[in-house]
This record gives sequence, C-alpha cells and structure tokens, in this order.
Amino acid sequence: MRYLPHTEDDIATMLTSSKADSLDDLFMTIPGDCRRTGDLELPEPLTEWELIDRIDSLSRDVASSREYTTFLGAGSYEHFIPQSVSHLLSRSEFVTSYTPYQPEISQGTLQAIYEYQTLTARLLGMEVANASLYDGASALAEALLMALRVTKGTRVALSRLIHPLYRQVVATYLQPTGYEIVELPYGTDGTTDLSSLDTMDDLAAVAIQSPNFFGSIEDLKTAADKTRDRGALFITAFTEPLAFGLLKNPGALGADIACGEGQSLGIPRCFGGPALGMLACKSKYVRTMPGRLVGKTEDVEGKRGFVLTLATREQHIRREKATSNICTNNSLCALAAAMYMASLGATGMRELAQINHDRSEYLKGELVTAGQDVAFSGPTFNEFVVRFTPDFSSRYDELIEQKIIAGLPIERWYPELPHHYLLCCTETTGKKDIDRFVQEVTP
Amino acid sequence: MTESPGTTGLIMNEPLLWERGKRGRHGMSLPRRDVPSAPLRDDLVGDGPDFPDLSEVDVIRHYTRLAQWNFGVDSGMYPLGSCTMKYNPKINETLSGTPGFAAAHPLLPDHLSQGALGLIHELEGFLAHITGLDAVTLQPAAGAHGELTGMLIMHAYHRSKGSPRSRIIVPDTAHGTNPASAALCGYSPVPVKSNDQGILSVDAIAEIMDDDTAGIMVTNPNTLGLFEEHIRDIARVVHAKGGLVYCDGANMNAVMGIADMGAMGVDIMHLNLHKTFSTPHGGGGPGSGPVCVAKHLEPFLPLPRITEQDGHYALLWDAPQSIGKVQAFHGNFAVMIRAYCYILSMGRYLRKASQLAVLNAAYIKEELKDTFHLPYDRPCMHECVFTDKFQEQYKITTLHMAKRLMDYGFHPPTIYFPLVVHGAIMIEPTETESKEDIDAFIAALKAVAQEARDNPDLLRRAPHNCKVKKLDETRAARHPCLQG
Repeated sequence: MRYLPHTEDDIATMLTSSKADSLDDLFMTIPGDCRRTGDLELPEPLTEWELIDRIDSLSRDVASSREYTTFLGAGSYEHFIPQSVSHLLSRSEFVTSYTPYQPEISQGTLQAIYEYQTLTARLLGMEVANASLYDGASALAEALLMALRVTKGTRVALSRLIHPLYRQVVATYLQPTGYEIVELPYGTDGTTDLSSLDTMDDLAAVAIQSPNFFGSIEDLKTAADKTRDRGALFITAFTEPLAFGLLKNPGALGADIACGEGQSLGIPRCFGGPALGMLACKSKYVRTMPGRLVGKTEDVEGKRGFVLTLATREQHIRREKATSNICTNNSLCALAAAMYMASLGATGMRELAQINHDRSEYLKGELVTAGQDVAFSGPTFNEFVVRFTPDFSSRYDELIEQKIIAGLPIERWYPELPHHYLLCCTETTGKKDIDRFVQEVTP
Repeated sequence: MTESPGTTGLIMNEPLLWERGKRGRHGMSLPRRDVPSAPLRDDLVGDGPDFPDLSEVDVIRHYTRLAQWNFGVDSGMYPLGSCTMKYNPKINETLSGTPGFAAAHPLLPDHLSQGALGLIHELEGFLAHITGLDAVTLQPAAGAHGELTGMLIMHAYHRSKGSPRSRIIVPDTAHGTNPASAALCGYSPVPVKSNDQGILSVDAIAEIMDDDTAGIMVTNPNTLGLFEEHIRDIARVVHAKGGLVYCDGANMNAVMGIADMGAMGVDIMHLNLHKTFSTPHGGGGPGSGPVCVAKHLEPFLPLPRITEQDGHYALLWDAPQSIGKVQAFHGNFAVMIRAYCYILSMGRYLRKASQLAVLNAAYIKEELKDTFHLPYDRPCMHECVFTDKFQEQYKITTLHMAKRLMDYGFHPPTIYFPLVVHGAIMIEPTETESKEDIDAFIAALKAVAQEARDNPDLLRRAPHNCKVKKLDETRAARHPCLQG
C-alpha cells in the first residue's frame, strides 16, 4: 500500500526495539470483549485509475450546472472562481498544515487569516471579524447564543424570511437551552413585519436577513432602531455577501453582529459544503465572540508577526465556560474568500455586484413583460419570487428534461405560497440563458 | 546522526494585502455586460468595500510567499498528538474537485443528485462497519461539531424518556472540547480522575453515576494514548443507571479493524474524517465530524436522513424524534469525497494503518524514554506522552524544547496537553512516517535534550531559523489588534 512506508525489515526491527513479538502484541491492552470478531469487510482496495473511474461515474449521476442552466440559489450560488484562486488554494503548505498553534512556522496561515478578518470587517462595515465558523446557519446560531450571553434576555426574535434551513439549525442549537424563539412575520412587499417588536419583552436579539430569503432588501436601519429600543442586540444575517459590493453594509445600518454564509466568495457549491461561516461584531463584544481570532504582534526583534489570540474565551482554556465549543475555523475556506476578495478588489466587487443585479433585474423584467407574476413588490438583489400558475409543477419537470432548473419551489417552507418559486441569477447566467428560460415558461 | 532536515534559505518578505496594489488594477476576469444596467434605488446603495485593487500577479506572489512561511505535512513530520497529521493523498484532493460534484447545488431534487446521495450513503455504511455501530450522520462540520451533535442526541434521548438529566461525567483524560460541548446542552460536567495507570477505574465511575447523570464522555484510546481497558464494565455501570456512553473518536486511528465500539458498549461516537480518514486539516478546517450511533438512537440523528431502496436514494425529512439540522445543507461533502476515496484505496489495509501507527508510537516511546520522563510506562496506542521533568534541573521547559525542534525541521508535538500531566509532550507520529524519518525525529529530540544540558540559552531563544523569532503572545492578548 503506497501510503504505508514500512518494509517487513522495518517492522521487524521496530518490533524488537519496542519489545513486542508481533504487531498484534502491541494491542494486548485491548480486552477480548472489546475486539472485532472478524476482519474488516470492505471492498478490495482500488487502484488510482479505478478510483478515478468510480468518482467520475458517481459525479455524472448529479445534475450539476455544467450541463444544466439553473436558476437555483437559496443560499448556494454559482459564481465564477478564477483559476488563480484555485491554484493558490491547492498549495500544500496551506492544505496540509493544522491550526497555527506554533506561530513561528505558521505565519502564512496566520497572516492570511488576519487579512481575511480585515477584508471581512471592511466588507460588512464592522469593527472586528473572527477567523470564520462552519457555515452561515451555524454562524447565526452562534451569533444568537452570543447575544444571549451579552444581554440578560431570554428570547430571540427571528424574521421568517431568514433562510428556512438556517432557522432549523438555530432551533436545534437553542432547543436544550430553554430560550424562546419568536418568529417575525412578513408583509406584502416581501420584507419583515416589525410591528410585533414594540410589545416584546426580555429580548436578547432580533435577527433579520438582508437580502432575505425572497431576495428582498430589508429596511435594516429601522429594524436596528426598534431593536435598540428593546435593549436587544441587532443581528443581520446574509446568504449572498456579494450584495455588499453594491448595498449599504450591515455596519452602516446599525448591526451589532453581522453573520452569514461566504460561499459566494470563491468557494464551489459542492453539494453544500464545505462552506464559510462569517461573523463580525462591534469591538466592545469581542470577548464574548465565538471562534478563533488572529492578532498582530511582534517577535523579540521587533518584527511584525501574527498569533492566535484572546484564547481565554475558548474551549481548551475555559472548558465548560467557553464562549463556544468550536476549536477551529474553516481556515481553507476563509483563505479562499480572502484570495477571491483580493482578486476582485474594490473596483471589481462593485462591478460584479452590479452585473449580478443587472442580470436578475433583466430576468424579472422579461418575466413581467411575458405576463408572469412577481410575488413581492420591493427591491431585490439576485433573487426574487415568482407566482406561477397551478399547473406549473408539471412544466417544471419537463424543463428538467430540457436541462433547465426553474428555481426552487418554496411551498415546503411557506405553505401559504403555493406555486411560488424562488429564482436566482448571477454573473454566470447569460442573456441567452435568460431569454430561453422566459420563452420556455411563457405559455 | 545524519543531517537533520532543518536549514535556512531565502525567505521573501511580503507586506499585507492592502499595503500592495493601486486603485484601478484588477485580478479577475469579469463577464461582458450583455443586459441593460439596472440601477438600484439610491438610498439602498453604499460605498462598496474598502478593498485594495490588485493584479493577478500581485495576488499570486502574495499568497505564494505566505505559503512558503508555513509548515505542512508535505514539508515534514508533523507529530501533533491527538491531531493525526497523516499524509493526505493527492488523488483524493484532485477527485474532491471533480467538476460534476463541485458544481452540484445542495437543493437539487433527489432524482438529480443520486451520485452525491449514493456516495454519502455508502460512506455512512463504511463508517458504521469500521466502528461497529449501526447508523451514521455525516452532517457535522468538524470534530467539535460532531461532539455537539452527539450531546444533542443524548439530550433528546433523555428528554424522550421523561427527563433530560443535568450532569455528565467527563474524565481528566478526555479531549478539552468535551466540557464545552456538553455545556452547550445545559449539562454540567462532573470531572473524574484517571487512576495511577492513566485510565479510568470502574469504581470511580460507579461512585458518581446516578439517575440525574446523562452519561459519560470518554475518549478511547484516551489522551494519554492508553486504551481504557475497563470500558466494557464502565459502560455497564452507566447503562444500569439509564445513562449513555459517548466516545470521542478522535483517536480512532489507533484501533481501525481491531476494536469494536459497539461491543464496548458505546452508544454515540464522533469520528474526525480529517484525522483518521486522511483528509487534510487545511490550516484549521474544513474538517468533518460524522456521528455514529447504536440502533436505538438512530431516530435522533439530524435531518434529513438518506434512505436507499432498489438502488434509488431519497432524502427522508419525516423523523419526529430527530434533533433537527446542525448545518444548512448536507455537511462538508468535498471532505466526504476524500474520505470515501481513502477508504476505497485502503480497504483491509486500514487495519494495517492502525497497526503501524501504534508501532511508530511504541518505537518512539521506547527510544526516548531514557531521554524524557515517561509518566505512564504502559503499552501505548497511537501516541505517547512525555514530560519535561528531566529537563527541569536546567530550567528548560517543554515550550523551549518545542521551539528548538523547529530549527531541526520538525513540527513540534502537542504541548501542555493533556492537562493531567504537567509539562506534557504528546507525540503522535501516524503510520505514514517511515522508520528513517522517525529515527531522524528521535535523533533531533535527543540533540535538543543534549542542548538543554550544554547550552540551555540556545533553547530559550529558539527558534532561530524561522521567518520570525519568538512572538510576543502576551502583547497580542493585552492590546488586541485584530484587523489592519
């Protein structure tokens, strides 16, 4: 086996030095009733070329967007990833290292994460960002737990237009804690209805996603003001960070914590993972923040260097009193996002966000011209909801035969919205694709 | 001694990203504008992020230089105890980026994602077989996330029996994350000491296990690298009081094909695909922390479950006892592809991998036990734990020796963990290190121990050959500077 370097001679010599007669002898402390009774029954080991065939054949049994024109977004977006980012990210010094516990031989990872924290803070308009979390959904759950630590509140209010799968993750995280989750309904313009907030007590946090699950841009400023009146922290979530190339950022609109998914920033969708949980906050809350942080310091000769810092918040020091149980970040994904943001730059980010917006507005306009019904009136970014006719579901299946995926039916999460589909465009959806789609869905 | 791998070379300085670049440069190809521009309402538009503008060459040089400041498994031996820094096969890297998978959307209808669902389902089966448990979820994103998932399952199980219970037993030889994971579920950890052999005694558990204790979180093999020999009886004690046994499987690399977690009485266990199953650590993630459970706990696993019927895979959302979701989508699929490829490449050799991992650790233990203090001289599994007790007389600590080891071209072992040993040096070589590399590592550690006697100041000022000298961590924590 090519990953096992030991020759029979090596094994014999090492066994002698270890005072053992055989390899089995090394396991004598494992009692008989804790052992396997038979050998492992796994397939015969594959050669490298057999393995390539296996994965190739499995991957062909997935409708990936390389053959399909998809209008699927909903928290996982198709964006071009420059080859330069993919190449840099495959450098084995980044890939095969671990958490930078020994800073003197991990300065590459450490400086890169410090830069990621900086670019993230700038993107979100926040004072401090952590080194990343698992994904957008768990980042939101961690943000809510953080708000519950900061305030003395016992309940959190979540917009119903936060991604439904994120709300499920939040429910899972909060279930054993006894804290209450209150849902904020939405109005006819496709944004969160804040009116119930005025009478809500014991609030630790209000969380709103913008652009929200329907793609609508929320009035975060008003929500921030109302939240502050209730003595709670204002959390903004996002699934499409590219929006902040164009939109006002969460910090400018009064967010105490901004969190969400960074997959759009140079990370392939890959069936949903790995992803990138982004989390940033006001600096006064930094000591209650979950996750790793990299800080700048100096070496004994006064030279700039970077280290993991504020570890006293973390599980390995604080044990059960830690701010979270998280041990690592999603380092390589954070690195991908930093490389992507660096490649785009301020100018590119603005331009790309505008192109994305233009494409989705073009699709929206063409659908309206063709007589389709856009469900909500407010401004959107990249995604919007269309109400098709009740017979559309069979058309949806026919379109799949033609290798078009006509967005995502959302009735499963919003039973009051039958025949409603969430459609998404990015810079990868060209005018030709859009024109063909509009033609196909127009009766 | 043969020449050690450590030397010096030309290392390039590199500024921070925003100290480079000029406004108007760009490093990325953008699509043509083929539709009319649609301006957003003015009051919604912001200034855009304050990013530097860089060319593609700027970006490439920047990160290439940063990469050269890093030490990885591909650079040399990385014997970080409890982290299983084994070789990460390159074919698995390539295959994890297979275009059809890389471009797959997680919310595709089931019949359009059969290849991905099939891979996950088959990998679940492999992991169940390897651990000896019955059902598996691959949704958790990392080891600590798997622990949390395991604790949520334990909590949901007890709730279904009428009371969630309030305490959980956590031995001093368990992983450091365990208490924090338990606390997230409202459990107060009850510490229990290992005995003079470095393992748990049945009596110690019997004394504290009661009707309000949800169970035990045990790491086996434990963080001293020792097999918990009484685990079967401990499980009986815990089960008799209605509790569950959670096993932290971070050290599974020692016992693949040898131990049977089901037979031991384990009810819930998490694995780390990035340790045992050779997927890369990526500088601290992404990993993957699957959770394996005994049959009676399957209804509590996260949603959705993947079911198979006549070769067709479907997502099952209807499971009323499930804890719900722990990640938005299906987990870290690209990591699963790598682990799946690893298992298919290894097959029955997984057992051999564990045998050689243990052989390497046992060999190091024997070769170094005269040089460093060995607190528990018992047969070790995949890692061995020394201390700095012999070097105390020269006022040399574990930290000094770890830093000096870098100059010799090795990543230091895990230090000051487990806490149960003062000044711990925890060495986990893994099976992918050859005898020559291990001999060079042993020689380097012996040379460092010699220097501790002859020239202790050299160690106190180490490392000498790295990009930066010893860094001021106190200053970083006192005056946090977390972004530029």
